[in-house]
Amino acid sequence: MSERMGFFTDTSVCIGCKACEVACKEWNGVPDDGFVFRATSYDNTGSLGASTWRHVAFIETPDSWLMASDVCKHCTHAACLDVCPTGALFRTEFDTVVVQADVCNGCGYCVPACPYGVIDRREDDGRAWKCTMCYDRQLGGLEPACAKACPTDSIQFGPLDELLERADARLADLHANGRTEARLYGEDPGDGVGGDGAFFLLMAEPEVYGLPPDPVVTTRDLPSMWGWAAVAALTMAGATAWTRFGGR
Amino acid sequence: MARERAMVPEAEFSSYYGRPVIKAPIWHEPHMPLYLYLGGVSGACALSAALEELQPRPHGRLGTLARLGAALGAVLGTGFLIAELGRPERFLNMMRVFKPTSPMSMGSWLLAAQGGLSTMAAASAVTGVLPGAGRAAALSLGVTGPLMATYTAVLIADTAVPAWHEARHELPFLFGGSAMAGAGALGMLATLARPEEAAPVRRMAVFGAALETAAGAVMERRLGLVAEPYRREPLMRAARLLAVGGGALAALSALPSRRGGGRVLGPALAAAAAAALTAGALCTRFGVLRAGRASAEDPAYTIIPQRQRLTAAGRGTEGGSAQ
Amino acid sequence: MAECHPVGFQWVMEAKARGAKVFHIDPRFTRTSAMADHYVPIRAGSDIVLLGALINHVLAGEHDFREYVLAYTNASVLVSEDFRDTEDLDGLFSGFDPETRTYDPASWAYQGVEEEAASGQSGERVEGGRHHAEAARADQYGSGGAAAHPRPHTDETLSHPRCVYQVLKRHFARYTPEMVEQVCGITAEDFNRLAEAVVAGSGRERTTAWVYSVGWTQHTVGVQYIRAASILQLLLGNMGRPGGGILALRGHACIQGSTDIPTLFNILPGYLPMPHAHQNRTLDQYLERAAGDTGFWGNKRSYMVSLLKSWWGDAATEDNDFCYGYLPRLTGDHGTYATVLGQIDGIVKGYFVVGENPAVGSSGGRTQRLGLANLDWLVVRDMTLVETATFWKDGPEIETGEMRPEDIATEVFFLPAAGHVEKEGTFTQTQRLLQWREKAVEPPGDCRSDLWFYYHLGKRIRQRIGDDEIDRPLRDLTWDYPEHGESGEPSAEAVLREINGTGPDGRALSSYLELKPDGSTRCGCWIYCGVYADEVNQAARRKPGREQSLVAPEWGWAWPLNRRILYNRASADPEGRPWSERKAYIWWDAEKGEWTGLDVPDFERDKPPGYRPPPGATAQAALSGTDAFVMQADGKGWLFAPAGLADGPLPAHYEPHESPLPNIMYGRRGNPARKVYNRSESPYNPPASPRFPYVLTTYRLTEHHTAGGMSRTLPYLAELQPEMFCEVSPELARERGLVNGGWATIVTSRAAIEARVLVSERMRPLRLQGRTLHQVGVPYHWGWAGGGVVTGDAANDLTPIVLDPNVYIQESKASTCDIRAGRRPTGRALLDLIEEYRRE
Ligand SMILES: Nc1nc2c(c(=O)[nH]1)N[C@H]1C(S)=C(S)[C@@H](COP(=O)(O)OP(=O)(O)OC[C@H]3O[C@@H](n4cnc5c(=O)[nH]c(N)nc54)[C@H](O)[C@@H]3O)O[C@H]1N2
Ligand SMILES: Nc1nc2c(c(=O)[nH]1)N[C@H]1C(S)=C(S)[C@@H](COP(=O)(O)OP(=O)(O)OC[C@H]3O[C@@H](n4cnc5c(=O)[nH]c(N)nc54)[C@H](O)[C@@H]3O)O[C@H]1N2
Ligand code: SF4
Ligand code: SF4
Ligand code: SF4
Ligand code: SF4
Ligand code: SF4
Ligand SMILES: [Mo]
Repeated sequence: MSERMGFFTDTSVCIGCKACEVACKEWNGVPDDGFVFRATSYDNTGSLGASTWRHVAFIETPDSWLMASDVCKHCTHAACLDVCPTGALFRTEFDTVVVQADVCNGCGYCVPACPYGVIDRREDDGRAWKCTMCYDRQLGGLEPACAKACPTDSIQFGPLDELLERADARLADLHANGRTEARLYGEDPGDGVGGDGAFFLLMAEPEVYGLPPDPVVTTRDLPSMWGWAAVAALTMAGATAWTRFGGR
Repeated sequence: MARERAMVPEAEFSSYYGRPVIKAPIWHEPHMPLYLYLGGVSGACALSAALEELQPRPHGRLGTLARLGAALGAVLGTGFLIAELGRPERFLNMMRVFKPTSPMSMGSWLLAAQGGLSTMAAASAVTGVLPGAGRAAALSLGVTGPLMATYTAVLIADTAVPAWHEARHELPFLFGGSAMAGAGALGMLATLARPEEAAPVRRMAVFGAALETAAGAVMERRLGLVAEPYRREPLMRAARLLAVGGGALAALSALPSRRGGGRVLGPALAAAAAAALTAGALCTRFGVLRAGRASAEDPAYTIIPQRQRLTAAGRGTEGGSAQ
Repeated sequence: MAECHPVGFQWVMEAKARGAKVFHIDPRFTRTSAMADHYVPIRAGSDIVLLGALINHVLAGEHDFREYVLAYTNASVLVSEDFRDTEDLDGLFSGFDPETRTYDPASWAYQGVEEEAASGQSGERVEGGRHHAEAARADQYGSGGAAAHPRPHTDETLSHPRCVYQVLKRHFARYTPEMVEQVCGITAEDFNRLAEAVVAGSGRERTTAWVYSVGWTQHTVGVQYIRAASILQLLLGNMGRPGGGILALRGHACIQGSTDIPTLFNILPGYLPMPHAHQNRTLDQYLERAAGDTGFWGNKRSYMVSLLKSWWGDAATEDNDFCYGYLPRLTGDHGTYATVLGQIDGIVKGYFVVGENPAVGSSGGRTQRLGLANLDWLVVRDMTLVETATFWKDGPEIETGEMRPEDIATEVFFLPAAGHVEKEGTFTQTQRLLQWREKAVEPPGDCRSDLWFYYHLGKRIRQRIGDDEIDRPLRDLTWDYPEHGESGEPSAEAVLREINGTGPDGRALSSYLELKPDGSTRCGCWIYCGVYADEVNQAARRKPGREQSLVAPEWGWAWPLNRRILYNRASADPEGRPWSERKAYIWWDAEKGEWTGLDVPDFERDKPPGYRPPPGATAQAALSGTDAFVMQADGKGWLFAPAGLADGPLPAHYEPHESPLPNIMYGRRGNPARKVYNRSESPYNPPASPRFPYVLTTYRLTEHHTAGGMSRTLPYLAELQPEMFCEVSPELARERGLVNGGWATIVTSRAAIEARVLVSERMRPLRLQGRTLHQVGVPYHWGWAGGGVVTGDAANDLTPIVLDPNVYIQESKASTCDIRAGRRPTGRALLDLIEEYRRE
């Protein structure tokens, strides 16, 4: 497996042009996501979904206008991948998480499993879709379409460890310039998903951008969950046995 | 972006225009809840079918009924499961992999086993061919059955849906209990004419109702904020009443027959109990699905507990909570 | 800039990362504001007061770059005794004729020039402002500017009361921070922060750049906005230097190209004036008036003759004035709005609309459509079926019952056009950079390039015409380009080569300095001469920036002569040394005896700094070694414009034609020379009318393009901004009961349109002149049809037809309106509503 590739999305330089959203759809042939005026600042896309793989959030605060381009986090421990019963979701040689559309049977399990609410099922074609980190482009040695289109390098693509270094430097800069509200998100391998392959520099708390403050991959608790299920099963067996032989 | 929430006073929190953080389960009604219900019934029936084989004089009518129940439950359940898939024609892709990290994968294999064994057992019971094989199958149902009834709890608990994942300890008991209540109820209906045979199924029904009720009570106490969706879900309240009521009626239905007389009252009570418990078992499955959805659609249930977790761990980020 | 030039904006972000301070001055807090260090809210239409106050700050504090100012500007020049300033005439300059509402600029001239006027040395001063206002003559000086005395009287001490420097001081004295607060609604704190930053960011070591686009131009004082900025930049020594300048971010991908090789009515390629029917009968008369005889415009005969030769080839000879007589002539204002009114009046019968959607994109939408409906024929060439081609069956007037398709006699021809990826050619972008485009895909179906259309139209016309004398100009045209493909696509490279020009030997020229007045050279656009040097398509060069100097001269080709910064002689001091190491760009190499540096010097390579012109010298020879502004007749940057402007030699603040406020600066409310059209089709809102209490400003969104033909039709763009909306402050929302996400109706005397409401704190009410002023923001991308996947009411139905007198641009950035909650009525009821507003 080649080195892990990822995204560092530096929202402090995002100008909200949405070129990433459009470039993604152009390259991946993602259909439009409906024409809804949401009256939520300049965001009429709403959230990531089966037909929106990059989503630019707009947050108006009294003295600033935050913009941030969200994307699949390509988690180190990816719940979607863990729970997928068909193996449609798989981990690529770039350590990214991708759905094989020809394998997915639309069981929909990955949808509620994702702690970031990224992947979703298209009702019309019944399959689950999400960012592939432009697997096909990477195979061709190209950077992902969204990163390519981003005019301000808010989306930076590259080997994850390089990106992490860059992010630390950027964060230090911002803090030095008094932007103490700046923070990294998803960069910590110790977090609930073992760190994100696509991490961010945010200018406010994650939930302000619609991101979970402390996401966990629930399969982490799988052994204990099976344990409880087993105990319950035994209880059933015991009780049933009693219904048969007991009380006679 | 900031949103005051009257109902949870302590929880003034930020969200993105009140939008959900995670995606709610897309599973449809009635497919999904019916699958859960039928799986449960099949599981409990399977269990009694297996135990039947340990009886001094097996191949009783009850045993056959149990085998049939297990088989029907499994087959119908599979039907609903397939119907739920976005690409039903690809159901068999479930069999591409054997994936321990995916409760649905494990469940699929379990369902396959349960389906196969129960159909075999039922077939031989009805036709009388290959009694030996039928017996073996029935016995092995003793293993698959209870798992069939409880794995679905793991299935839904292994998601980011707060009301499900947080309830991962209680849900197996809730489902197991409700499975026994449901199966017991069906058994009671099948034995209306022969009260003397009804004891085992009645006991199963009563115990199931009790277990379900207890599990539900514990769960709602332990979950705190995340219990709200359950408390607010009418079907969950109905399920609780029906379980308690049905359980009580089932218990009562024993008394007349004991004293010999009351050839009418007993069956009437039993029928009422069975109806109540069946309805209860169904309400539980629909209720749990709806409560789960509700907890996913309101960012409060995702954000507040995670925030509290961070603050507790002293990892809370700087800056006030509300924007 | 982040909104409309996102790709260019990456360099602002880069500069910011390197420590540049970014200010954003805008009525609305936009995506640009979000990235700026400081956002300065301003009332639309009031920038001259802000810029004037900055000029005043610089002059009063003597913060000007004195060495630069003395050497390179006309600060020391003495102005005519007859000149009267707005100070003396309460808001008017001398020479105003109330009858025609035009200026005669004679009295603005430099001292000593008046006498020559008689000798008719330069047409401008003889004819005066009347007719240059008539045909937007201001444009005609193009990069050249008007004629002016090459060696006027000066006072190097800048103390003479009539020297430009002192005139400036007096003129701008009343532009104070207090006025900024009262007129622009900008707090003293914000102003001081800006003023200090601008001064600190200018001088030997540093430069400041101003970036503008149509937020500064779409005003009845648009040209004077830019004049004000250039005065400030000249005083601070920020012109012709790296990191300085006034950067006009232009519009459509090739809008710069469409002024260089103009789609404008009043200039010829290379900013040569369009001949006037009465004043320029012969080539000599024409050239006499065309521009000054000194500076590089002194070679105008070579430019003009070479142009005529490239058009009429061998038919153009010395004795027939090189076919000068074939050229069409101006008789006055033939601008787009005059043309549309001409249609309504039945004077204009036919109309070509090519790559434009005026029924949605131009001011006074209803007037536009009334014009279209009164034509004999209309040709629309577009990639999509835009509203301009369908108004007759689905326009708003059909819905209200004002028009019925069966009554509209206009015959509409819709011709599908090839888009920019379906044809080869150049884009000339905002920095005068020509970049060659390859064809990516074949145009679908009947779609053809515009080049194909005009070439083959020409060919067919030439086939049909007989030997009638009147058709000779057509017959004599050089009209033969190699064709390829089965559709017979003419070669765009051949056209580019023709524009570049050829010498007597038929080979491509490499510089406009090679152009000859004797007809031995041909050149389709003198400023583009060199784009095909050495028979190579220089515009097609794509050497990556990292593989060359920071000026990247081998990426594309910039006119003139691949210079990236104009007037860059000013980046060195009078002796030719860089002003500072940090800002070194072009300098004089004494050993080699030539100008050298990072860019192509905008100066004669071997003219030493010490050169002084002999008496009677003409053209560039008349400019000294320190005359950095080589296109100007006097080689100076003009702080004071003695000629060339229709509305005054200096910027003065006038309120927008429609303004809720009085003009507290002068006794004149609006620009006295502005172009008003009192027409019933498109009446004006009364000034300071309580009926229309809010400022209406229109603008663009990153997600859409102009009139929407290229974005409303594309799902990927349309879904990002699916509905027409307006932006209002929470205060205004409260005042008018508007709800976020609900509907609002916006009303002017012209129309009432509906829009979804976006309530945002980004819209900030202004506190000025003892009141609170609200501004309503409206993007103008929507229309009712246009094959759009999304549709909406058109903002331009609201806007007035009132123009800047120099370039005839409409005032679509600052007018007045009312706004009310709820959707607009439809049909007859809509007309009644507007009627009701007009009555009061
Ligand atoms: N995405 C996108 N890009 C485009 C275009 C597009 O339609 N969409 N159009 C292209 C074209 S044709 C052009 S001309 C350019 C135009 O580019 P811009 O000029 O940037 O476009 P606008 O949004 O019309 O106006 C810019 C700003 O001027 C502000 N403004 C209005 N009045 C005043 C004023 O009096 N003073 C000041 N200081 N600001 C004022 C408006 O609020 C607006 O934010 O963009 C080009 N690029
Ligand atoms: N209220 C208000 N009004 C404004 C402005 C404003 O800021 N506010 N801005 C003004 C400005 S700056 C401008 S530039 C105008 C723009 O207004 P318009 O030019 O009228 O509108 P566009 O949508 O740019 O029209 C361009 C058309 O050309 C078509 N097209 C694209 N490529 C080609 C091609 O290669 N060949 C041909 N034949 N057609 C092609 C497109 O499909 C599109 O329909 O709007 C002006 N109007
Ligand atoms: S973010 Fe969600 S969809 Fe993306 S990899 Fe992680 S779990 Fe899967
Ligand atoms: S929907 Fe498709 S991708 Fe998602 S879990 Fe099911 S099979 Fe896997
Ligand atoms: S990486 Fe590719 S697929 Fe993922 S968001 Fe960017 S463009 Fe879309
Ligand atoms: S392309 Fe870059 S700057 Fe534009 S919205 Fe996306 S991330 Fe932000
Ligand atoms: S649309 Fe073209 S011209 Fe406009 S910013 Fe993007 S790249 Fe530049
Ligand atoms: Mo434009």
